[in-house]
Amino acid sequence: MQPINQFTGVVCPLNRTNIDTDQIIPKQFLKRIERQGFGQFVFYNWRFDEEGNKREDFIMNKPQYEGAEILVAGENFGCGSSREHAPWALLDYGFRIIIAPSYADIFYNNSVKNGILALKLTEEEVAVVMERSKEEGYRLHVDLEKQSVNDENGFVAHFDIDPYWKKMLLNGWDEISVTLTEEDYIRQYEEKVYGQQYS
Amino acid sequence: MTKKNVIEKIWENHVVNRTEGKPDLLYIDLHLVHEVTSPQAFEGLRISGRRVRRPDLTYATMDHNVPTIDRHIINDQVSKKQIETLEQNCREFGIELADIDHPDQGIVHVIGPQLGLTQPGKTIVCGDSHTSTHGAFGALAFGIGTSEVEHVLATQTIWQQRPKTLQIKVNGKLGFGVQSKDIILAIIAKFGVNAGTGYIMEYTGEAIRDLTMEQRMTICNMSIEAGARAGLISPDQTTVEYLRGRRYAPQGEEFEAAAAKWLALATDEGAAYDKTLEIDATEIEPQMTWGTNPSMGSGISGTVPSPDQFEREADKESVRLALDYMGLEAGTKLTDIPVDFVFIGSCTNSRLSDLRAAAEVAKGRKVQGNVTAIVVPGSQTVKQQAEAEGIDKIFMEAGFEWRDSGCSMCLAMNDDVVPAGKRCASTSNRNFEGRQGNGARTHLVSPTMAAAAAVTGHFTDVRELSSVNL
Repeated sequence: MQPINQFTGVVCPLNRTNIDTDQIIPKQFLKRIERQGFGQFVFYNWRFDEEGNKREDFIMNKPQYEGAEILVAGENFGCGSSREHAPWALLDYGFRIIIAPSYADIFYNNSVKNGILALKLTEEEVAVVMERSKEEGYRLHVDLEKQSVNDENGFVAHFDIDPYWKKMLLNGWDEISVTLTEEDYIRQYEEKVYGQQYS
Repeated sequence: MTKKNVIEKIWENHVVNRTEGKPDLLYIDLHLVHEVTSPQAFEGLRISGRRVRRPDLTYATMDHNVPTIDRHIINDQVSKKQIETLEQNCREFGIELADIDHPDQGIVHVIGPQLGLTQPGKTIVCGDSHTSTHGAFGALAFGIGTSEVEHVLATQTIWQQRPKTLQIKVNGKLGFGVQSKDIILAIIAKFGVNAGTGYIMEYTGEAIRDLTMEQRMTICNMSIEAGARAGLISPDQTTVEYLRGRRYAPQGEEFEAAAAKWLALATDEGAAYDKTLEIDATEIEPQMTWGTNPSMGSGISGTVPSPDQFEREADKESVRLALDYMGLEAGTKLTDIPVDFVFIGSCTNSRLSDLRAAAEVAKGRKVQGNVTAIVVPGSQTVKQQAEAEGIDKIFMEAGFEWRDSGCSMCLAMNDDVVPAGKRCASTSNRNFEGRQGNGARTHLVSPTMAAAAAVTGHFTDVRELSSVNL
């Protein structure tokens, strides 16, 4: 995955709570066997009507949010299905950063593993960003190393992140390669529990 | 000796390595695989030249995409390709597969327990959020994404932060005609869809102990709908008796030894949790949802709420959007809401006892003329067992369609779709927008409540139907 540290981008506000992964990527698009190409289907039923025409009133379809790379949303973002197609679709559409007060556990893991920084701000801070991002061209600067977010008009917020995930994101590490360095421990465990080794 | 809960005991038994500043590396005892979330994982293995470390601990089936009628005609070429890809991957990597023709085929969370693959004390993962179902056995079972599927295939391990533990205590006994589905819907309605986020839950209390294994599975299945990746019930004699004689369970003397170990995993008397929530079973009535997430529901005697009844601005807005999508007016009595479709099935409620209970309601009655009602058994084995008892005939005589097994209308990835604007009483687990079809309106209920809606044409308190043996 792509490492991420300093990032600046246009912010798109999606002011809803409990946005589930069925909305992020509806089931009719889960049949593909590739990892790429899901961006065109992100939030499909909100972006397009039954005939496949753009819904002009949906926020992501407004010209000012074209090319937005930071998505801000309400609490419990990514709840429901474990489909990793959700972060694949968000990333492929262009979102590298998500900001919300909280995330569903599986979605959070899936995002980190694809190099998406899903960062948590307080409800109050999220409300400020929601409000300010109504303005055309509103951008945020994110610094993962310093764990901070700021805009050009004095908004500054700190965010917490697990040090392990931080390291993975900063380095863009492939987790399987990391785990294979634990081979001795895995063998010992297998010897103890299963009476043989499987490597 | 420190008193531990079942979650802590299983966790400690599976730590491969623990290092400061990192999650724990856990060993996985059973990896269940299906066609939708695995193709990219196998492709990743191929690209990196990796193999599957423990094919003997991996078991695959196809359930999400499969037709439940005309089994072999898959018109959708993309679906067909996904199913063929699973067959190829299982052949290439040496994984046992219950394919569409296999007598063991079924919904992955129905067949794991049925075959005895699911056992107390195991760590179980699957690229599906309803893996929490297996927690009913006192197994640590949770859904994972495709990157994690690939990771487990390659290493048989997974990195996991030690979670906090949450006890959900269900006190007292269930009332007449109330099902286990009503317990979990009531829990989610009361505590919300993110009550369990960051936690692993354990369900305790008299009402839980009284449940059969199949009823316990319904509860644990929807743990994810309360935000928890996993929800467990401590193993007891009910668990042991369910597993006795199952194909992949230990046999003979080995079984007795295993059973003793399983029972020892139960939460110690007086063990602590990070948090405890309690609910009174005696106050739970048959439930149904009216909105677009599983917490938007209430007892059947209730009415559709108004957005103004909610305090937080965000909740008001969610309810407003939900009522708009669902085409409902605040103040409408739930029993006045009509139905167009009825779906009895899914990994939540498609086991033999679910079908028996629904058939008891359907017996001697007729599905209302404007209602399409389908029954989709959770596995081909369940289907066969139900047919041996004549349950299929009861349903068909009442006007229900009797199908082959699969996930079907729970997520409508195959052709079992609810049309836009139509209203469905569904025994599944998610009432999200578009879940059962673009524009479809889902109301979650128990199997008996679904059957009652089918035969009356609107939502009905099943306890009020005459001469039903509930």
